[in-house]
Amino acid sequence: MTDNTVVLRNVSKVYRQNAIAVHALTEIDLDVPRKDFMCLSGPSGSGKSTLLNLIGGLDRPTTGEITVDGQRVDQLPKGELARLRLHKIGFVFQAYNLIPVLTAIENVEFVMQLQGVATAERREKALQILMEVGLEGLESRRPGELSGGQQQRVAVARAIVSEPSLVLADEPTANLDSKTAENLMQLLVHMNTEHNVTFIFSTHDKRVMDFSRRLIKLRDGRIVEDERRQ
Amino acid sequence: MLRAQPLLLTLAWRNLWRHRGRTAAILFALALGIWSMVALAALSRGSLEGQLQKAIGNLTGHIQIHARGYRDDPAIDHRMPAPDAALATALTDPSVRVWAGRVRVPAVIASERESAGVTLVGIEPQREQGLSFIGTAVTDGRYLESPGDTGLLLGRKLAERLETALGRRVVVMSQDVKNQVGDRGFRVVGIFDAEPEAIETAFVFVGRATAQEMLGMGDTLSEISLRSDDRNRLEVPLSTLRTVAPSLDIEPWTVVEPLLTLTEKIVNVILVIWYAIVFAAMSFGLVNTLLMAVFERTREFGLFQALGMPPRHILGQVLVESLILLAIALVIGNLGALATVHALRDGLDLSAFAEGMEYFGVSPIIYPALSVGDVTMANTLVAVLGLVASLYPAWRAARHVPIEAITRV
Repeated sequence: MTDNTVVLRNVSKVYRQNAIAVHALTEIDLDVPRKDFMCLSGPSGSGKSTLLNLIGGLDRPTTGEITVDGQRVDQLPKGELARLRLHKIGFVFQAYNLIPVLTAIENVEFVMQLQGVATAERREKALQILMEVGLEGLESRRPGELSGGQQQRVAVARAIVSEPSLVLADEPTANLDSKTAENLMQLLVHMNTEHNVTFIFSTHDKRVMDFSRRLIKLRDGRIVEDERRQ
Repeated sequence: MLRAQPLLLTLAWRNLWRHRGRTAAILFALALGIWSMVALAALSRGSLEGQLQKAIGNLTGHIQIHARGYRDDPAIDHRMPAPDAALATALTDPSVRVWAGRVRVPAVIASERESAGVTLVGIEPQREQGLSFIGTAVTDGRYLESPGDTGLLLGRKLAERLETALGRRVVVMSQDVKNQVGDRGFRVVGIFDAEPEAIETAFVFVGRATAQEMLGMGDTLSEISLRSDDRNRLEVPLSTLRTVAPSLDIEPWTVVEPLLTLTEKIVNVILVIWYAIVFAAMSFGLVNTLLMAVFERTREFGLFQALGMPPRHILGQVLVESLILLAIALVIGNLGALATVHALRDGLDLSAFAEGMEYFGVSPIIYPALSVGDVTMANTLVAVLGLVASLYPAWRAARHVPIEAITRV
């Protein structure tokens, strides 16, 4: 139990659309060990994004328990949840979601600034991580001046720079061409190995799935397959 | 919040310039509003100040001393004795800059052709210098030379009405101390101009001793008028004078001329109404701009929350944006108002509307007067209420649920 970064017990999520109940997730039980590199796959509407959002505390389950790094996400008040996300969870979104008025390095520093990391220290860490993701020399560019792949690398750098326990990536390669997607996945594998961060990502893409060490297949809100890979 | 302040400032400042046109437009509107508040206050204050200066200069002074009953019935019966030693000493106090005793009674003046009702004012010519307008108002002929001068100063308008002129003789009649008609012929030695023009027809001036002799008053007076250094700080001289002359009616200009006090109050009310109108228009613009900015950035606010930014920081960010907008607008608006006041330092000439303005006792030339109180009030009102108005869009931004905001298209 203590070796798991994420634990889900009997988690369900029901959305209401007008008077109709939509079961996005049904009775999910899941243990994600530390340093795991896990992929969620499944067709659209299978519940991948919902599961990631629940684990990240962006949404709350209808029933069940979610524990991240020993804290019950489903029971935390808003402020505590924000603090958990700030210190324990990194996010990479499909649509990059960088802050357009900040430069690449400022985007990377953003979380550390909220954490209160001293200026010199966060600048050094941000430069280091940008170098690791191959964006050396592009620190001062704003998101609009970067390609899709470069923006997603900035997003990855932002997600891991403060060394969270867990990084959640919702279809991080969806908007990238295959070559860029492969490079990004290699980067995530590298970060997982070098920084000992647990990764959970979702994808439709078979080639991207091949990078994972564990593949969870979802269908209609249920886990239909849990495959451990080498 | 403190450690996030530089971040919030950076975000707020850069977000403001994402839509330069929109920011420039709201800045212009805010600055225009502030300019109009400060500039209008300066013009109103200047106009009021002009009216006050004129009224005080037109014989009122800062403090007047009368026999009790004179202000209700300004007749010769309500005269007062010449200042005794104690009052004379009090009148030499440093808080009293200049003073003069006057005879001031209702009278009739007649030329060979016409007659008119006037107020006959017997003055000490030298003492009136710096006390009332008459010391510098004679534009034709000469000023009176002494209290015993037997000449008469006539307003230009009254001279026209009486169809008389400089050097001609007129007769002045009034009730003397024995309830008889006291009369005397005077030669017109000077013609004076005054603002408002009504002053020219209301008063005629003669030497005080001459008037006292004509009316059999001995050395008694109708009034003493005095000026202090500051018309708004009369407590000390009033207290001193009332102590040494308890039997006399000693009142400040605000009591002697209640219309002036009322005018000041009306100006203040008009300014407050104007501030309210301008602020209401400004706040709609400000809130609308901020709401647009908040709606446009819904995804960003969701992202901020997803990354762990507490809602209070999001609230703070929108408020900082509003504060920056308000601060820039306040600087531009105030500088614009200062420039306007500076440009009009020689007076705003509204003589095209002079007749109507004089009817209300307002000079056709307005000298704007910036008051620290007005500027402080306008700026504080805009800054504080502007921030209060910004709370709504800020609250809207902070209350987003991260997942809903982030998935919003």
